[in-house]
Amino acid sequence: MSSNEDSTNKKRSRRRFITGLSSAAWAVGAGFAVTPFVLSMNPSARAKNAGAPVEFDFSKLQPGQMVKVEWRGQPVVVLRRTPEMMSGLSDVTDLLADPDSAGSVQPEYAQNAARADADNNDVLVMLSVCTHLGCSPVEKLAVGPDPEMGEDSKGGFFCPCHGSKFDLAGRVYKNVPANKNMDIPPYQYLSENVILIGEDSARAS
Amino acid sequence: MSNFMEWVDRRFPATKVWNEHLAEYWTPKNFNFWYYFGSLAMLVLVIQIVTGIFLTMHYKPDASLAFASVEYIMRDVPWGWLMRYLHSTGASAFFVVVYLHMFRGLIYGSAREPRELVWLIGCVIFVALMAEAFMGYLLPWGNMSYWGAQVIISLFDVIPYLGPVLTEWIRGDFVVSDATLNRFFAFHVIALPLVLCALVFLHIVALHKVGSNNPDGIEIKENKDENGKPVDGIAFHPYYTVKDLVGVVVFFMVYLGVVFFWPEGSGVLLEKDNFAPANSLQTPPDIVPLWYFTPFYSILRASTSDFLIILTVLTGIAAVATFFIDTKRSNKITAFICYAVLAIGLFTFDAKFWGVVMMGSAIVVLFLLPWLDKSPVKSIRYRSMPFKIAVGIFVIAFISLGYLGMHPVSALSTIQAQLCTVLYFSFFALMPFYTTWGKTKPVPERLT
Repeated sequence: MSSNEDSTNKKRSRRRFITGLSSAAWAVGAGFAVTPFVLSMNPSARAKNAGAPVEFDFSKLQPGQMVKVEWRGQPVVVLRRTPEMMSGLSDVTDLLADPDSAGSVQPEYAQNAARADADNNDVLVMLSVCTHLGCSPVEKLAVGPDPEMGEDSKGGFFCPCHGSKFDLAGRVYKNVPANKNMDIPPYQYLSENVILIGEDSARAS
Repeated sequence: MSNFMEWVDRRFPATKVWNEHLAEYWTPKNFNFWYYFGSLAMLVLVIQIVTGIFLTMHYKPDASLAFASVEYIMRDVPWGWLMRYLHSTGASAFFVVVYLHMFRGLIYGSAREPRELVWLIGCVIFVALMAEAFMGYLLPWGNMSYWGAQVIISLFDVIPYLGPVLTEWIRGDFVVSDATLNRFFAFHVIALPLVLCALVFLHIVALHKVGSNNPDGIEIKENKDENGKPVDGIAFHPYYTVKDLVGVVVFFMVYLGVVFFWPEGSGVLLEKDNFAPANSLQTPPDIVPLWYFTPFYSILRASTSDFLIILTVLTGIAAVATFFIDTKRSNKITAFICYAVLAIGLFTFDAKFWGVVMMGSAIVVLFLLPWLDKSPVKSIRYRSMPFKIAVGIFVIAFISLGYLGMHPVSALSTIQAQLCTVLYFSFFALMPFYTTWGKTKPVPERLT
């Protein structure tokens, strides 16, 4: 065992240590260098600012009629439900996955069987976006047999993409791909027939 | 000429590469019909790149202009319709050729030792190709483009915690929008084609290292003459370049036949709903992905909470059954742990999560093929009966899934899709077992 060999080993381990250290420094540097590229793909300032609330006057909406309004690029359903439709909501409770909307997204004032505020509970304001993979479900407003909704349908929404079924309050049925009720956006009444979708600051006061 | 080549060869290994990869690249002499599809896949890649370049000269990656610019290409650009139909039909042709190419690998055991890396790189190419096709499909900005992208991007939503952030990052917006279109254009025309070309290069480098498999599934390199040339090998060029030219002619007859006479494929190759511009308020009434994604799409749709209960029971039975199978103890324990984790997972997460996981797994299992197959022989010619039956069932299940995925869901079709999903996964999960069952035929010494 010569001292020469010893010093070669020492040199080697020293070299290895320095190589390891500089590699680590390069890795950290690479991480920093990648960050701006990754972040550049996030929603831009313009995209973030495009979320203004939308007004809708539903005075011409007859009971049983529905329209779709665009809010933040997404379809929002405004449906004025008939008494028959409202009574159907309680008939289907046993068939629903989340009848009390405990695991679903809605403002507090819409967490009830009708998923609408108590004053105008026939008016449904709902994000028409399936909670499975984001398609916009088709309205099946008629009560009665329907090829998709079943023999004794009480009306509802059917997602054409993967067959999820919802009742007329957007509550999801059991045993379909979607697992949550459709979202209710924040909304408030500006007057008797005009709603503002996307904001509910007036409710708090 | 020879002076010129000498001059080049002193500076660049032109003759060396030519000989190593073509003129003296020894290939088994018994390639059959199934061996056309590798070179055809490369041909389609070239067609897609060339037609794609000419399409980008007229296409506008802008949500307000994209749809009209495609119609402009179709109506006003000289020969624009041809470029587009070659490209849109080429996408379908690519998947036809690649699926047949993969099936060839399956039946002749081409994924087996020593060609595992050829197979793995090939699987990555398949995934990259699916990403390429998916992103390209958004570009016409038709209504099916829009909602197809919406659905597929939403798949990432099921990832716990990270999902919502990730989907926003992919879209670059809170919904599929101009930002999404613009970046998909970038990925489709430059990022993924570069990746694809690099992967194809690696695929061939790995293949030429180990040499091609053949319909007999035996190694020609084990039987060489005194010069080191395999006795059952013939030079790739001119023998297979000429043979492949025949394949190319037949391929062009079919491909150009579709391009000229049936470009819409009755709504299968170009979907009817994509002739309407993207509408963020209206999902098309019968939304389906393009045909080449439908087998996986069916698996996604098959996941319902009832189905999860059945799956939990099935994995439970499989776990118990493992202990009665004649195999190594370590195999039993591995299988049992896999089943146990699966059963617990099926119990914990919901149907939506599992739909996405099953769709992903349907692709991931392909990567495992070289290690799931335990048969002593490679080629289906000498395999035992259980393997042949399993392949038959698998093909039927795969095609059925594809068919079901092209049609709206009903109670019956959901059950059919669930059955086929079970068969699809059983083909892989049970492969380590059934490939060892039954009597294989004796493998010949030389190619037949």
